[in-house]
Amino acid sequence: MTKSILLVGVGGQGTITAAKLLTTGLLEAGCDVKMSEIHGMSQRGGTVSSHVRYNAEGKVCSPVIGEKDADILVSFEQMEALRWIDYVKPEGAIVTSTEKIDCQSVLTGRSAYPENIIDELRKVSDKVISIDASGEAAKLGNHKVANVILLGMIVKYMGLEHIDWEKIIRENVKKNFIEMNLKALELGKTLI
Amino acid sequence: MKVLMTGNEAVARGVWEAGAQFASAYPGTPSTEIMENLAKFDKKDICAEWAPNEKVAMESALGASLAGVRSFVSMKCVGVNASGDPWMCFSYTGCEAGMVVAVADEPGQQSSGQSAQDDRTFFKHARYPFFEPADSQEALDMVKEAFRISEVSDSLVALHMTTRVCHSKCVVETGERTEIPVRPYKKNAAKYIPLPAHSPAMVAHSYQKLEDLKEYSETTPFNREEMHDTKIGIVCSGCSYYFAKEVFGDTASYYKIGFVNPLPIESIRAFSKKVDKLYVIEETDPLIENEMRLAGIPCIGKDVLPVTGELLPDVLREKLLNITSEKPDVDRSKILSRPPAFCAGCPHRGVFYTLSKMKNIMVASDIGCYSLSPVEPYYVGDTGICMGSSISIGHGFQQIMNKVGGDMRVVAVLGDSTFLHTGVNSLIDVTYNQSNTVTIILDNRITGMTGHQENPASGFTAQGDPAPEVDIPAICRAINVKHVVTVNPNHLDEFKQALEEALALNEPSVIITRWPCALKKMSQENKEEFPNAFRDRYQVDREGCIGCKSCLKAGCPAIHFEREARKAYIGKDCLGCSICEQICPVNAIKKEV
Repeated sequence: MTKSILLVGVGGQGTITAAKLLTTGLLEAGCDVKMSEIHGMSQRGGTVSSHVRYNAEGKVCSPVIGEKDADILVSFEQMEALRWIDYVKPEGAIVTSTEKIDCQSVLTGRSAYPENIIDELRKVSDKVISIDASGEAAKLGNHKVANVILLGMIVKYMGLEHIDWEKIIRENVKKNFIEMNLKALELGKTLI
Repeated sequence: MKVLMTGNEAVARGVWEAGAQFASAYPGTPSTEIMENLAKFDKKDICAEWAPNEKVAMESALGASLAGVRSFVSMKCVGVNASGDPWMCFSYTGCEAGMVVAVADEPGQQSSGQSAQDDRTFFKHARYPFFEPADSQEALDMVKEAFRISEVSDSLVALHMTTRVCHSKCVVETGERTEIPVRPYKKNAAKYIPLPAHSPAMVAHSYQKLEDLKEYSETTPFNREEMHDTKIGIVCSGCSYYFAKEVFGDTASYYKIGFVNPLPIESIRAFSKKVDKLYVIEETDPLIENEMRLAGIPCIGKDVLPVTGELLPDVLREKLLNITSEKPDVDRSKILSRPPAFCAGCPHRGVFYTLSKMKNIMVASDIGCYSLSPVEPYYVGDTGICMGSSISIGHGFQQIMNKVGGDMRVVAVLGDSTFLHTGVNSLIDVTYNQSNTVTIILDNRITGMTGHQENPASGFTAQGDPAPEVDIPAICRAINVKHVVTVNPNHLDEFKQALEEALALNEPSVIITRWPCALKKMSQENKEEFPNAFRDRYQVDREGCIGCKSCLKAGCPAIHFEREARKAYIGKDCLGCSICEQICPVNAIKKEV
């Protein structure tokens, strides 16, 4: 059966890197894997999504996650979680970082960053976990490993612990950051 | 070896495996990464180049084919328009060693809104055989097969990609490179110079090659039946195949078309007879559907499916099965749009902030990051349509303003790479026909929006060799622009003065703003030219800040406003352009020391 993991965020948050590690691990575990990204203007503060679909027994057809199709929605930013809410399965989980990144209308002062987004998410799923991923990452030494904390949460929730993630991280992360990323992965697994 | 590859990576790999030795492209989403990946291969294997535009890319690739090596071109959908002349003419000439052109369309227009054209329709118009991969594996396999077909049919062959195929990763089995011996050059004017005496044979060939490929189309494994339940039959091509399979699975049978022109019409007819109800699922134009109807094969297609957007599984469920999913009940007013914006440190910020304060100007913009300027907080830009068009649309507008006694002045705005793509021709029009437009060339030392590709003015080739930089001011002077100035766009006074001086002239003028893109990996030359770029950081003095929000008009993602405290603050993403410092009316923004 095809499983769907939707990773969303804002350009520059490491969404694409997390999706890359995830798909590499799934491939090594022998799954069929497809990933679709929309990242056209991602470096300029636009919204970014990585659709990861995998199947341990059969083939994945569409590389795109449909509405009510994601087993887990992982958002690197609060408002982005709400933007993609239609794509979560009724029994699916939502993990969101509590990070808020101002969009242009907030930056110019025309609107305020919306309040109580997590409450909106809870209307849709009873499995909503919000964490200060950047803060937790900073405690490990660099706020940028927030993405691997979230990856750890995916690994635990989707039951992917049998995959050798340490090897994947060692092979795909810059040398100086390997240990910090490994810690981030382990921490993520304990947060869900 | 099994690896995860995007469609673009797979095309590049396929081109390399096919033994191609020359490739040329102009960057454009979603095709850009094809050339970026080709450029990573050893120069001994393949010469991979960025061309100034798609027309040049096509022509240089044909030249390489004539010299005896397999050659390749990639471009985005609108690149086909810019290179229409060689496309049409090469349909008559054919080539020597195989030549393949990959074109990436954008149904749904996820990243650029310029055009939703279906270039399959163009390929058919120009009489090109073409393949349409559904995923990365097919992209690799088909590009290799396309080179073979190019050689057996003496025709350029196209590869039709879409965003989903370009940017989706799937598992690919790669192969090895086949070295293809260089064909000795044989002069053949009858084939490559369409004099009236040669032309009839050339035209006949351009039709005959497609006739000759009909049998191939009926027999190639890229066109295949996949039989399951026969109540529903689906004819499909490209990623629509996987979207359809996602929805229908084994409850339908499929006729999957990978080689689309000429169509395997008899195989489709045979398939149609095996199923009760026949759908044609193809994105954008009803190309396959129309041919089926002409051949008398009844089908359901664009009568129920949209011609716009992608035919995603959700769309197919709704249109073909009448299944829609109920949207969860959440407060959607909390979802604010998040359009892309100029980055912190972007050298365009000062230009558009200044233009936003100017009255009675018509700003003809162009294709590049500066197309982000028509929205808040600048609201600058009257047009921004196609590559290089800023200067020429501005020219026509200015000529008529002057003729009918209007007092608006045109400011045309475009980037370095867009100027060299086609803008330079437009500037020649301005000087030749003498309109008093002001042209601003935003020279950020790189092709920015597509993700930092080198260009003829950036100092490096696609494969990383140092290259002499095109001297943009010298080009402008050579085509008789007398008033050419180069300014630092981060100095608002300097830029404003240059703009006012230019607007005061009754002749063509050019202002070049020269400062690197904030996201650019700085070369040694950049570091020497801009030693202090992006080093400074600015902060708001909370005591001094009066909460006037003037700095927010810079539209910088690093500047935030605390609503309750009514104070601005600057985040850690500041890159020190100092625009906000210059805007602040009470000098409350200061450089960190």
